[in-house]
Amino acid sequence: MWHHYNVLTVKASRNGGKCSVQRRDANAAMLSNYEVYQLLMELKEKRKESVKNKHSTGQQNLNTIMYETLKYLSKMPCIHQSPETVKEFLSAMLPHKLTKAEKLQLLNHRPQTAVEIQLMVEESEERLTEEQIDELIQKVTDILPGDPQQEGSSSADAEMDASTDQC
Amino acid sequence: MDQLGFNLKSFAECTADLVILLVALCRMFVVVEMVDTVRIPPWNFHRQLNDAIAEELNKKLANKVVYNVGLCICLYDITKLEDSYIFPGDGASHTKVHFRYVVFHPFLEEILVGKIKYCSQEGVHVSLGFFDDILIPPESLQQPAKFDEAEQVWVWEYETDEGAHDLYMDQGEEIRFRVVDELFLDTSPTGPKTEQEAPPSSTTPAAAADDSTQKKETPYTLLGSISEPGLGLLSWWNS
Repeated sequence: MWHHYNVLTVKASRNGGKCSVQRRDANAAMLSNYEVYQLLMELKEKRKESVKNKHSTGQQNLNTIMYETLKYLSKMPCIHQSPETVKEFLSAMLPHKLTKAEKLQLLNHRPQTAVEIQLMVEESEERLTEEQIDELIQKVTDILPGDPQQEGSSSADAEMDASTDQC
Repeated sequence: MDQLGFNLKSFAECTADLVILLVALCRMFVVVEMVDTVRIPPWNFHRQLNDAIAEELNKKLANKVVYNVGLCICLYDITKLEDSYIFPGDGASHTKVHFRYVVFHPFLEEILVGKIKYCSQEGVHVSLGFFDDILIPPESLQQPAKFDEAEQVWVWEYETDEGAHDLYMDQGEEIRFRVVDELFLDTSPTGPKTEQEAPPSSTTPAAAADDSTQKKETPYTLLGSISEPGLGLLSWWNS
């Protein structure tokens, strides 16, 4: 199920051909959608300052991939996240004993229904009870920020109730 | 020739010196450590070395598929710069760079959300915007499914107590799928004997019957599946 790739190909050094095969800790290389989004936004800002080079033919590929990837990520819940919410989410996930990949999928997709949780957590029927699944959904909804437009109406109602109480 | 007492590296070797030290397969986006020799021409010597190198690396790798690694997005960081050398006959400097690159390489069994590009006999073609070559073959669709020739869409014949309800997989619809397989093809140039003689066919999906004569070789293809509860068009599962 899980493919692990080893290091490959020949390195042409000054001393002649040399074959190097190394394998390192796979966990070190995972990136959440939020991290990629941040990286691309920073790169975009930096490139805005050096207007000269941006449009040369060599840079077209980078422009294309940055634009398309940012467009894709902008529709995902990751754009509303911050390092603090990610940290809070990960500590809230500790008691559920999920794998790193599962926690990352929950972080990236922000599932709202039990069906989605079952898709992302392997063998969820054996590992999680119904209450635990509901608890997971509740934590995901509370800790990870969603689209403010969709949730703005509900929070505005709450604020109105609070202000009427004070009157 | 070795007139000046040190090893002359051919330019072909310099540019082909891309070594992948680590390919970790765990995430939609992964960071891959690579080593390459970057050539900076003399007219860029006034720039900061790091900036010139970053630009060259992005020029070489961004939006390109590296065989068995994935689709390269952008430079993550530079971890080590070795000494820069100037070789006889070329005024440019050559620097060996250890760096990390952000690569799109979803792991098997991962859930992704994309948009339906079009349907054909081969299945449903899905796109993520920055990556287009995702196919959901007919056997991995929600069953029973049939292909509507007139409208060129795949249809899920969802059975309820009231009878069969046709759910169309229209173009532009958002679809949640699971990655079940990936295919890397080496599309490096080969010799003249493998050139195709068939005239180029049109690229519209309606000409799919003709694709035995001209197969578009994509270097990196993902195969998906939607044959589980919760997968398929988002509109099917949102109440």
